[in-house]
Amino acid sequence: MNQDSLIDAKPANDANSTLAVHGGEARQKLADSVTDPIVCASTFTFENTQSVIDYIEQQQPREEYGRYGNPGEKIVEKKLAALEGGEEAILFASGMAAIVGLFMSKLNAGDEVVFFDECYHRSREFCSKHLARFGVVTRQVPACDYDAMESAITPNTRLLVSESPTNPHLSIIDLERFAAIGKRHNVETLIDATLATPYNVRPLTYGVDYVLHSVTKYLAGHNDLLAGAIIGSQDQLESIRNLRGIMGAVNSAHNIYLLQRGLKTFALRMERHNQNGQAVAEFLESHPRVEKVYYPGLASHRDHTIAHNTMRGFGGLITFLVKQADWKETAKIVDAVTVPRIAPSLGGVESLIEQPLVMSYYECTPQERRQFGIPDNMIRLSCGVENAADLIQDLTQAFNA
Amino acid sequence: MKFRTRAIHVGNEKDPETGAVVPPVHFSSTFVQPGAGEWGEFDYSRSGNPTRQNLEQTLASLEGGTGALAFASGMAATHCVTMLLKAGDHLLAGTDIYGGTYRLLQHVVGPSGVDVSLANSTQLDTLEQAFKPNTRLLWIETPGNPLMSITDITACAELAHRHGAWLAVDNTFATPALTRPLAAGADLVMHSATKYLGGHSDLLAGALVAGSEELHGQLYYLQNACGAVLSPLESFLLSRGLKTLELRVHEQCKTAQQLAEWLSGDARVKRVLYPGLPNHPGHALAKNQMQGGFGAMLTFEIDGDLAKTKRVAEATQLFQLAVSLGAVESLIEQPATMSHASYDASDRAAHGITDSLIRLSVGLEDVADLRADLDQALNA
Repeated sequence: MNQDSLIDAKPANDANSTLAVHGGEARQKLADSVTDPIVCASTFTFENTQSVIDYIEQQQPREEYGRYGNPGEKIVEKKLAALEGGEEAILFASGMAAIVGLFMSKLNAGDEVVFFDECYHRSREFCSKHLARFGVVTRQVPACDYDAMESAITPNTRLLVSESPTNPHLSIIDLERFAAIGKRHNVETLIDATLATPYNVRPLTYGVDYVLHSVTKYLAGHNDLLAGAIIGSQDQLESIRNLRGIMGAVNSAHNIYLLQRGLKTFALRMERHNQNGQAVAEFLESHPRVEKVYYPGLASHRDHTIAHNTMRGFGGLITFLVKQADWKETAKIVDAVTVPRIAPSLGGVESLIEQPLVMSYYECTPQERRQFGIPDNMIRLSCGVENAADLIQDLTQAFNA
Repeated sequence: MKFRTRAIHVGNEKDPETGAVVPPVHFSSTFVQPGAGEWGEFDYSRSGNPTRQNLEQTLASLEGGTGALAFASGMAATHCVTMLLKAGDHLLAGTDIYGGTYRLLQHVVGPSGVDVSLANSTQLDTLEQAFKPNTRLLWIETPGNPLMSITDITACAELAHRHGAWLAVDNTFATPALTRPLAAGADLVMHSATKYLGGHSDLLAGALVAGSEELHGQLYYLQNACGAVLSPLESFLLSRGLKTLELRVHEQCKTAQQLAEWLSGDARVKRVLYPGLPNHPGHALAKNQMQGGFGAMLTFEIDGDLAKTKRVAEATQLFQLAVSLGAVESLIEQPATMSHASYDASDRAAHGITDSLIRLSVGLEDVADLRADLDQALNA
């Protein structure tokens, strides 16, 4: 029997549960284990001098030193590539390490990158504060303003970047249109699909060049590890992999194992995150104390049509505004919930809640917060996989507290 | 809070010191004490460990018990229960039980002086007749292994209590996601937590959940005295697995039901043993006793001899040939040569474990993929 497993060979149209359990894994594993071993080696031995020479001359693909890769990591990279429908994936120690790795390998002094402005504030900070030091120019245009993005492209532009859905406004990018702008101008495109996950949408199928994930979130799913990944074509990822080996932002063997284990229930968890997100969003929209709900699964959402046409579900993240509340009255609701815990991050089995003003934008001036679209009465809720009735009951009592 | 919410939050309260959403893993074997002769909450990890205690709180909540104990394996948990008995006591067990339990009772507990006998627990009259004045413990498994027989927990609890005995239920196949034996009157629940509770084929663990403080205290004493405790890392992995227990079990039940229905209409299959099929003798009882599904284990008998059965079990590409069960990966095995090889051959025959039985543990894969795999394997 072909040991490379029938799962690899099978064309999968979606990130289904079979792929989550078996994708990227050999059917017969070391020591006949049903699960892959954790290989804790920092370095890998060569049988003799000739095998070192063979390796260097690349006739014999194998491990060399932990920073260049680990057997467990290769398996998880194959699983992630299979789930995204991409040729290859590269894992990093965190989502930020992944995006920094991509920027550092793809951008040179004088190059330009164009962002849709609704994005993770740390990604923006890396570009504006650090890439600027190396002479890289960052331009920002309003999210979903495709004409503005196209107009911002110059002969020096190398990369177009967006999240989809965006965080925390949950705007949905027209991926086909976004990718087409890049192709038209011969500029590469990157989508941070952390909030969508391959269960809900696979950006590569729309012609996007790179998909970025904070794997810490839904992919790992248990709020107990950090990891990041980039998925794309083998050719385009080669320089990123080489740079990673030098930068060293790699995952430990233990971390990789927990990630592989978490991925086994990925499809199952996503189905439930989608259900809980939709149910809680509908509840919030009908609640008298709620002014506005940002959730792509609601008909009231600006991008509902494009979301509905391109996504299988809309995830567990919901942003909402409390009616006629200042930041303190809003904080009271956050403090009154008993099931979600107050914490940054999202995508795990445990529900988390935060007030963006306090959690991520506390040091911004009111004017900056207005510019980023972060009002004082905004709450971001990451629905876990708990019972939806428990979450709704908890929010109900928190509103009444 | 509902079952699934408790599985995520009970015993996993945020760490008061660091605020960590997931409690830290305490590897410490020993704990510094406040003074000589003064004892803190934890002293030595065999007697208690914070990570294991968190897990035990979750388990107790899910089974609705007063306390739980986590062991190094399911057999270690079962062995601890048998240590409640002394020479001269009688232990009565059902016949459709795990081969390892059978071996422990017949070849270890029996020779130590405990009177052990087996009776069909699905036939209440037969079972009642097997009680003796010295019967201290009735041990049942439902659904049974490998024939998927369904035993009436409520009736067994009444019977055991009438005879002054405890009822212990091996709830490994059903899991608390489907059946809560303590609520039905059982005194004690046992799990091979290696299976659905852990759920990822990557740890060994056992669990006991007691319905009373008194029984929990006796079992705790025995566990501490005998020492077969669960390690901190396994406790952490098991707690992590419990967070998706209900999701996994419900999905796996749904898939098993579809496979059972498909197999029972296939000419290459002689009979299918699955409690979710209306023709299963325990179907009505299971419908009442199991909420949300009929389990994800199913056994079927093919039209063929031992050699043909072996070929089929070896021909699958997605189902992997291995004992154990309950995990995300689907497994296939032949009870006569694998899970129940430790039964005496005569008992195997007497209990209906024929050579042409195949047992499936249905995992989380897509039902279409699993069906296609079985379809090609049945032609082997």
